[in-house]
Amino acid sequence: MDAESVRAEVRAWLEANWSPELSLVEWRNKLADSGWGCPTWPVEWYGRGLSPSLAEVANEEFEKIGAVGTPGGGGMGLAAPTILEHGSDDLKRRLLRRIVTGEDTWCQLFSEPGSGSDLAGLTTRAELSADGDEYVVNGQKLWTTSAHHAKYGMLLARTNWDVPKHRGITYFALEMHQPGVVVKPLKQMNGHASFNEVFLNDARVPAANAIGDVGNGWTVALATLAHERRSFDVLQRAARSARGQGRAYDEQRAETTQIMAPYTWYPQRAGRADLIVERAQATGKARDPVVRQEIAKLLALARATEWTAKRARAARMAGRPPGPEGSLGKLYASEIARACSRVHTLITGTDALLSGADGPLEGVIAEILVSVPAVSIAGGTDEIQRNIVSERVLGLPKDPDIDTKKPFRDVPRNKR
Amino acid sequence: MRWSPSEEQDELRRTVRRFLEETSPTTEVRRLMETPEGYEPGVWKRLSQELGLPGVHVPEQYGGQGLGFAELAIVLEEMGRALLCAPYFASVALATNAILNAGTESQKAALLPALASGESIATLALTEPSGRWDLGGIELQAQRVADGFTLFGEKSFVPDGLTADRIVVAARRPKTDGREGIGLFHLRGDTAGLERRPLTTLDPTRKLARLGFRGARAEPLGEVGNAAAALEKTLDQAAALLANEMAGGAQRLLEMTVEYAKTRVQFGRPIGSFQAIKHKCADMLMSLELARSSAYYAAGCADESAKELPAVASLAKAQGSDAYLEIAAEAIQIHGGLGFTWEQDVHLYFKRAKASEVFLGDPTYHRELFAQRTGL
Ligand SMILES: Cc1cc2nc3c(=O)[nH]c(=O)nc-3n(C[C@H](O)[C@H](O)[C@H](O)COP(=O)(O)OP(=O)(O)OC[C@H]3O[C@@H](n4cnc5c(N)ncnc54)[C@H](O)[C@@H]3O)c2cc1C
Ligand SMILES: Cc1cc2nc3c(=O)[nH]c(=O)nc-3n(C[C@H](O)[C@H](O)[C@H](O)COP(=O)(O)OP(=O)(O)OC[C@H]3O[C@@H](n4cnc5c(N)ncnc54)[C@H](O)[C@@H]3O)c2cc1C
Repeated sequence: MDAESVRAEVRAWLEANWSPELSLVEWRNKLADSGWGCPTWPVEWYGRGLSPSLAEVANEEFEKIGAVGTPGGGGMGLAAPTILEHGSDDLKRRLLRRIVTGEDTWCQLFSEPGSGSDLAGLTTRAELSADGDEYVVNGQKLWTTSAHHAKYGMLLARTNWDVPKHRGITYFALEMHQPGVVVKPLKQMNGHASFNEVFLNDARVPAANAIGDVGNGWTVALATLAHERRSFDVLQRAARSARGQGRAYDEQRAETTQIMAPYTWYPQRAGRADLIVERAQATGKARDPVVRQEIAKLLALARATEWTAKRARAARMAGRPPGPEGSLGKLYASEIARACSRVHTLITGTDALLSGADGPLEGVIAEILVSVPAVSIAGGTDEIQRNIVSERVLGLPKDPDIDTKKPFRDVPRNKR
Repeated sequence: MRWSPSEEQDELRRTVRRFLEETSPTTEVRRLMETPEGYEPGVWKRLSQELGLPGVHVPEQYGGQGLGFAELAIVLEEMGRALLCAPYFASVALATNAILNAGTESQKAALLPALASGESIATLALTEPSGRWDLGGIELQAQRVADGFTLFGEKSFVPDGLTADRIVVAARRPKTDGREGIGLFHLRGDTAGLERRPLTTLDPTRKLARLGFRGARAEPLGEVGNAAAALEKTLDQAAALLANEMAGGAQRLLEMTVEYAKTRVQFGRPIGSFQAIKHKCADMLMSLELARSSAYYAAGCADESAKELPAVASLAKAQGSDAYLEIAAEAIQIHGGLGFTWEQDVHLYFKRAKASEVFLGDPTYHRELFAQRTGL
């Protein structure tokens, strides 16, 4: 298929099917049936099997007429691609469609009080019940974004303690609304509460809900983490809420408000480079040679990062082996965020002491200053990303092996 | 804008790299940097005749290959990687572009074929002992005489100024300042009234000279006294190209360093297994990739977006300078005591990085230009 025939086909299909008066679920069911909602997915699973560049053509047509697309958030960005790669056909049948239609939202139950960076050291346990049909889950998860309204969680739990840590983990789709799952909001240093603590006390998960083989959860988790590093632009796209009039638009706006609520501070977390030039000019600081140097550095960094991402995408589309550009995105994001925070302080001066209504830009600057630290931690810390870049891209030797060969039972871990 | 190289561009890179691996190993760089001319005429002849490199981006009607700045940038990136000792930057990135930008049709037809074929080697004399890279720093005077012009003044930091057989000179009309009254002139290297003296340099792989003009006769390029825009365009193009040359050097340094870190054992482990070293290497890769993206983008603008070029060229020059130097400094650090020796190659690149940081204007100067050019 070439770009022009894809374009013609999408356009004809949209003309025949899109109406802002449909309910969101009705419309997204059409998307699932036609495959145009997720054009890169396989034809048998709600997609069209198109290459990323042809899928981009389809997306362009959606944007042109303002048709609503699939939902944002962790379901589409993380759970669905993981299930597509590793889930059984039964799971794909049960779970994927409702992600596409937006009926089910998902959260990521990975981190624990005792294991964050060392994700494979997790101690939440899943034990097979006597009849062998389901697992019983006990443990605690932490920092779980969106757990308070998620329908499912991507759960990592230990199913075998007698093998090395990476081999005893299983990946499950856990229903969140059930006895034994308790979600408590956790307040962040910026005052928002977008993540949670999740307590699991004899929660149940059907054995058939294992994504991938039992004991092979680590491999599956790596797939999710790889998608997570790439998911930033998906979030940004979804955050641009639909502007049209009609039922589908109204429902999408409501959905976006809900899915995006935990992410309302994300632009602040990214440092808001967009505000800087305007603020520097408005405050007169743009005439200060030191400020000018700092702004020039920041803008150069931001633009070069954008060009680097474009090179990575172009290389992917041209079918070249992935170069180093792709692995660096998260590190650049935290570098930019920190630089923004520095320049905002430089421009704001003493007013940076103030927040809320007293603070500059009705408190937005203060919120930037206290949200930026999240970037270099969430989704894998900068240190971990540097380890990944140096080992996988540059091929430097791995850290010495202390705990990956012993049975997990014998590995030293955090006291609880 | 092309974000991924074409087949032809990949092929060009491979060809140039193969040629340079053969002709410019660091043993050869070390030999040439000790000579006064600083290059090997046999290699210059081959890169001209076999590969046509001096004419890569020169239009076909003037004897070139008619490719673009994107291709010229690839050539320079590879030369930076191999640390080639040759008057290529001076002749192609500076002088040829000055003539393309400022010359009349008949001047281009007369001058460019010899440059594109490599028979003639030229340079651009811009900076004076004040060390300024902006047009306001030009004080050398062009005086009208009965049948032409004579030049009076001093130029310094002129790349390959000792060996170039043709020199393009930036001068000004008496009693003008700033961008006003700027003229570009050219003359042969053996013209009477031109004195040339080699300068002792920090980076011996790029030769610099001081030129004294004591009434040397020169011919104006294009319209007299109206060359400010052409000269600025030349400098922007050169900044973009230098950014690519720097990216090539930085890339080679990172490769050498990672290789060393994999093999050098201390405390019973390769030093590359210590995170302090790994994280440095990851940071080196990060700045390299940013510098490379900016350098490519700037070269692309030189071909496709004259409007964007000035701001982006300054961005790329500033970012490339910082990245190259930072990477060179870390490369020495990771090589430990060996990195501080004459015998190890890292210092050759460190010196090129340090010199390139200042050449054509340092990062602070270019960031200020970038700020002005983006309307700050
Ligand atoms: C805003 C936000 C949202 C989040 N959302 C979710 C979510 O939805 N679901 C979820 O499962 N998790 C989520 N997390 C958790 C996040 O993934 C972890 O916080 C992160 O992986 C770090 O783990 P940790 O906090 O336990 O820190 P630790 O692992 O204890 O790290 C502490 C410090 O030690 C360093 N360190 C640790 N190991 C190494 C090493 N091998 N080499 C060098 N340095 C090392 C770290 O880099 C860090 O600086 C979220 C976190 C934040 C901040
Ligand atoms: C100017 C100069 C003068 C000197 N004078 C003397 C002298 O008079 N007498 C003398 O005996 N020696 C002298 N030295 C040698 C000097 O002490 C060594 O160069 C130095 O100890 C580093 O050792 P190395 O060069 O073998 O580097 P390496 O030990 O090979 O180190 C290479 C890199 O790996 C890093 N690295 C190594 N181990 C670790 C680790 N465990 N964790 C993290 N990073 C690590 C290093 O920091 C360095 O960046 C001199 C060196 C110089 C440069």
